[in-house]
Amino acid sequence: MTAAVAAAFVPAAATSTCVHCGLPSSGRFCCPGCAAAYATIGRLGLGEYYRRRVLDPAARALRPDAPVPRDWAARVHATPDGVHELQVAVDGLQCGACVWLIESVLGSEPGLVTGRVNMTTRRLKLRWRGDAALAARWVGLVEALGYRLVPFQVDRLAAERSAASRRLVRALAVAGFAAGNVMLMSIATWAGLVQGMGPATRALMHWLSALIALPAIAYAGMPFFTSAVTALRRRRTNMDVPISIGILIVTATSAAETFGGGVHTYFDSAVTLIFFLLVGRVLDQRARYHARDTAEQLLILRAADVTLLLPDGTRTVRAQDAVVPGDRLLVGMGERIGADGVIERGRTSIDASLITGESLPVDAGEGDAVNAGSINLGQPIVVRAERAGDQTVLVDCVRLIDAAEASRNRFVLLADRVARRYAPTVHLTALLTFLGWYFAAGASLHQSLLIASAVLIITCPCALALAVPVVQVITAGALFRRGILLKAPAALERLAQADTVVFDKTGTLTEPSLHLDTDGVDPGALSLAASLAASSRHPLARALAAADRTAAALDDVEETPGQGLRWRDVRLGSRSFCDVTDAPPSDGPELWLRAGDSPQVRFRFAEALRPDARATVDGLRARGLRVLMLSGDRPDSVRRIAGLLGIDDWRAGCSPTAKIAVLDELAKAGRFALMVGDGLNDSPSLAAAHVSMSPASAADLSQTLADIVFQGRSLAPVATAVIAARRAGGIVRENLALSLGYNLLAVPVAICGFVTPWLAAAAMSSSSLLVITNSLRARATRSA
Amino acid sequence: MTVMLVLIGVSLLAGGIGLTTFLWSLGNGQYEDLEGCANRILFDDITPAPTAPEPSQADPPPA
Repeated sequence: MTAAVAAAFVPAAATSTCVHCGLPSSGRFCCPGCAAAYATIGRLGLGEYYRRRVLDPAARALRPDAPVPRDWAARVHATPDGVHELQVAVDGLQCGACVWLIESVLGSEPGLVTGRVNMTTRRLKLRWRGDAALAARWVGLVEALGYRLVPFQVDRLAAERSAASRRLVRALAVAGFAAGNVMLMSIATWAGLVQGMGPATRALMHWLSALIALPAIAYAGMPFFTSAVTALRRRRTNMDVPISIGILIVTATSAAETFGGGVHTYFDSAVTLIFFLLVGRVLDQRARYHARDTAEQLLILRAADVTLLLPDGTRTVRAQDAVVPGDRLLVGMGERIGADGVIERGRTSIDASLITGESLPVDAGEGDAVNAGSINLGQPIVVRAERAGDQTVLVDCVRLIDAAEASRNRFVLLADRVARRYAPTVHLTALLTFLGWYFAAGASLHQSLLIASAVLIITCPCALALAVPVVQVITAGALFRRGILLKAPAALERLAQADTVVFDKTGTLTEPSLHLDTDGVDPGALSLAASLAASSRHPLARALAAADRTAAALDDVEETPGQGLRWRDVRLGSRSFCDVTDAPPSDGPELWLRAGDSPQVRFRFAEALRPDARATVDGLRARGLRVLMLSGDRPDSVRRIAGLLGIDDWRAGCSPTAKIAVLDELAKAGRFALMVGDGLNDSPSLAAAHVSMSPASAADLSQTLADIVFQGRSLAPVATAVIAARRAGGIVRENLALSLGYNLLAVPVAICGFVTPWLAAAAMSSSSLLVITNSLRARATRSA
Repeated sequence: MTVMLVLIGVSLLAGGIGLTTFLWSLGNGQYEDLEGCANRILFDDITPAPTAPEPSQADPPPA
């Protein structure tokens, strides 16, 4: 077919973008919904929005969907004073202007008391007086603008997390207040020692310090005390045990000194120590919770609703977790199937790539089994649910995951390993110092005790406790800015040990979608084919549409599932659909285009590697990591990808159990495996591996289980994360060496009894500052 | 001596006020949307015209 013929078929190409949602469109608006939203915004006098906003390509486009009938009133929470409250997650927030738009639109509603968007958590909180059913009105207003509102359960765990983080910040505030004020008195006392302060004034200073410090220590020290007690009950020890013992002994000695009218108290050291430690802990907690909240938000927005077909023939929309076996689900084109079951009506093709790792869709008809999580690419089908909710295909996966996680929990963090050795050594040193002074040197009981507690203060592992979390927080922040989400900061330690990388193929080494081979393809034919393909959800059609984004979708395209698309006398589909008889077979997926009676045109597709897959694999090898590929796909396509990447070590047709077996072998051989995968079939191995990564396009379960989730098309984050983890590991070791080295210098001085409170305060702060400064070097992460 | 006592009292009082204010603002949820607050300052509050002339301002019609 010539370009001229094709041009005759192609309707007006999309040259502009929709004024409202910014998607390609042939006219001013892409759809009536956008036009209506634009009109509403103009009528309310909020046109300023379009000038102020910055569209975020990563966010959902602002195209209003057909409204989903949902029982919003059931989610409304009534407060005793007659105010109704509803919290929903907002999908599609682009920037601060969207917050302003939503709040302004809601602000024009007289019945509403509050309509406020939290941009950090991307949630909208609505409060109003009157009928609970008004919820649907507020939701409708916002949804008409193009946002998608999703109900969610306020998670008990999330509520506990936010309470825990508030407790910690309150403790930090109290410790900061006390540290500042006690230090004020202490400096006066130290100056008084030189300039001659009367005993009465000094006693006043000590009493005031005690008055501030004792309640502050009791309150702000709680996080450490409770953690230490928990650890001791389980007959274990952690960093909080030496910290708590140190704080308690120092506080007790200082209190005794104050009541006895002594010269030296260490309240300032005790309070400052707590303050420093809490800073580290708050940062650490922020990083962990931020990662978890982000991951949870993704899951909430993805939680799909299913359409149930009731016995009386009517339809209703339900949350996916409310489906029970026996329910009949209506799954439209492009929708995810909500439960494991059997097709009862309809014939279609199913994309199960997230579950099996197979890159091509399979045809399925009545009586065929389908799994939750697969996508229906063709005609609407009716599925009778056999297993739903928690019992879906994931049963086997979950069992494997539980077993795998149990084995991984044996990993002991470096900080705890150090603490196990450190705590007894420190306490023994202090005890020996006391015995030495009391019995050998003949000092008084009082003086021996003072010197022994000075040893405890000097060795109190302030710098040691900061050494690890500060590096982890800084590294996690640096990685987050590069689109790499570290879900558990402790995973950095495991990642630094990794010496083997196991890749999944489909969706991990390759892009999640197929790619059109544009060599020798006529642009006119491509443009026509893309216009037809734009209306289909089939992966091949989508790849074709993606190859020519300027083609506008045609109306009235008919789709024959498993066969192809038809528009007037143009056909796009399989070779039989387009009456191809004599063409040589293709070695990959293909589509044919036939326009009228002109000759058929072939489009070939291949799995495209992620753009920098080869460079990343080479980079990992250059850093001494062994690279393996395990795939559930067919051997020939795995062999091709392995050849492109130069991976000799690969296996095809792997079941989840087979993947775990390989990981077990590796572990037995003493190797630490980093598993990178995206499919549901990878999820057990993600849990089993020493450490795991998953792209943001992965199945929900895989993202939940992976230690690290990375965004974008590039595979480079794998290498970046490994490098950052190794670098962080190096800095942590330096920090530990620094703080232990400082102890080696300072402890003899303390044992000899030369340490006074001001010297202890100076030594403690300087070692902490040194460790923090050194940790800041972790900010510079380098790419591969 | 009296001066010192007054000064200590004043400094503790000032610190205490700061601490109380901080704890209040924390409990009040002032730190829950740092990103949103940073953006909010860029936009003026406006009360847009009502969507449609409504008979009663207090009782909007159901959707």
